[in-house]
Amino acid sequence: MNQTAYAMPANPAGLRSTRPETHARSAAGTSLHKLQVEDLHKRYGDNEVLKGVSLHASSGDVISLIGTSGSGKSTMLRCINFLEQPDAGRITLDGQTIAMRQTRGGTTVADKAQLQSLRTRLAMVFQHFNLWSHMSVLDNITMAPRQVLGVPAREAEERARAYLDKVGLPARVAEQYPAFLSGGQQQRVAIARALAMEPEIILFDEPTSALDPELVGEVLKVIQTLAEEGRTMIMVTHEMGFARQVSSQVLFLHQGRVEEQGSARILDNPASERLQQFLSNRLK
Amino acid sequence: MNDLLHSLGLPVIDLQGFGPLLLQGIWMTLKLATLSMLLSIALGLFGACIKLAPMRWLRLLGAGYTTLIRGVPDLLLILLIFYSLQTWLNDLTDLLGWDYIEIDPFSAGVATLGFIYGAYFTETFRGAILSVPRGQLEAATAYGLGPLKRFRLVLFPQMMRFALPGLGNNWLVLLKATALVSIIGLSDLVKAAQNAGKTTNDPLYFLIIAGLVYLLITSLSNLVFRRLERHYNTGIKGLMP
Repeated sequence: MNQTAYAMPANPAGLRSTRPETHARSAAGTSLHKLQVEDLHKRYGDNEVLKGVSLHASSGDVISLIGTSGSGKSTMLRCINFLEQPDAGRITLDGQTIAMRQTRGGTTVADKAQLQSLRTRLAMVFQHFNLWSHMSVLDNITMAPRQVLGVPAREAEERARAYLDKVGLPARVAEQYPAFLSGGQQQRVAIARALAMEPEIILFDEPTSALDPELVGEVLKVIQTLAEEGRTMIMVTHEMGFARQVSSQVLFLHQGRVEEQGSARILDNPASERLQQFLSNRLK
Repeated sequence: MNDLLHSLGLPVIDLQGFGPLLLQGIWMTLKLATLSMLLSIALGLFGACIKLAPMRWLRLLGAGYTTLIRGVPDLLLILLIFYSLQTWLNDLTDLLGWDYIEIDPFSAGVATLGFIYGAYFTETFRGAILSVPRGQLEAATAYGLGPLKRFRLVLFPQMMRFALPGLGNNWLVLLKATALVSIIGLSDLVKAAQNAGKTTNDPLYFLIIAGLVYLLITSLSNLVFRRLERHYNTGIKGLMP
């Protein structure tokens, strides 16, 4: 583990100081950053989607990944929990680097148990919710804590009900099936499912892109509450106004590279021409 | 019993002393069909998994299995497997100097039918697995579930919804195909009815009874499949209240 090589703080201190550091688990001396993503590469056949992207998240950071579709932002997020296997690069959580090895067919994770453990510490919220359609809302939220973390049924259920309440859903929703809820409610259940894992980092993959416009607000409100609690989050989003409001860091991706990064202020004063163009092409 | 039916004005089914034989036939048919079904479901799940495997040689193996089995008549396969298996085994025991081992027709029947219908189930399950939205499994992966739990808790219950219509269909075909095993010496329902018919010189009567029994079994199994479909459709909007 070559920690000293990444001494550059990717995060301007001024922005983080406004947020309480409740999740500061990495004690002094272990690592500067909670999550380090180094030089990720990913290609599909001849199409190189990621050409070496990096990201450094400290505890309490809210990092927004923005860019046009096809810029690689979703792929980058999905590489962090290995839903996509990166071809090259390094992912380090709390000073622990996920070991990868080369095989005939490409790159793969060397230690499956290490990967499982990484995944239990990173929870994901998907664009299309991906709630398990054959399970009630309650089962959706308790399944992974029970099956993966081994939380006893009663405790998992209490936790689930508490998180449902936290995302602003009435208790009766617990017994319903996802298909019978509105998109906004489903996405809030998905956030409750993520919270129930008590993860160190939550990954959001365009959490409001599949929602009807009038339902976007209720989901963003929940995410904002989480940001204010000081949770570490990485989010792919098209909601520029929201990104400006909650982000401690913004990464603008273009054609598989990080074209510009910095505090949320880069959204008001973009330095690169591409980001200027990207922002002016959006109505907001 | 017959007197009671008479007095109620109901037609009497007189089995002319062949009741126990027919019952044995029914029991044999049910045993054969159920055990073959279980075997073919297991083979079908396995076959579907290898046909969807990332390794090319596994996919080819799966494709070979389904192409061969589904392309050759069941009857021919039964004869081929049963007799050739015995011949091979004889050669093997001769070679090793062991005692003669006889394949028991019942196990051979179950194995053969299971092997044949496993090929059909492979396709049923493969289609069903492909129908499960990708995101469902992706969420399971992202939340740290291993391959086995992913299969048991997410893929299997979701896939069954798509597989059940095909499974129900195959079960009916399999149940009726058990009649084919009479040629390797098993007394199933058809064989028993035939024997009764020959002895009493009333073949039509006993064959009709056998037909009615098949109809009864299939109707009952349709009920079971309806219940299963309702179970696996829970949570799906706009389907079966």
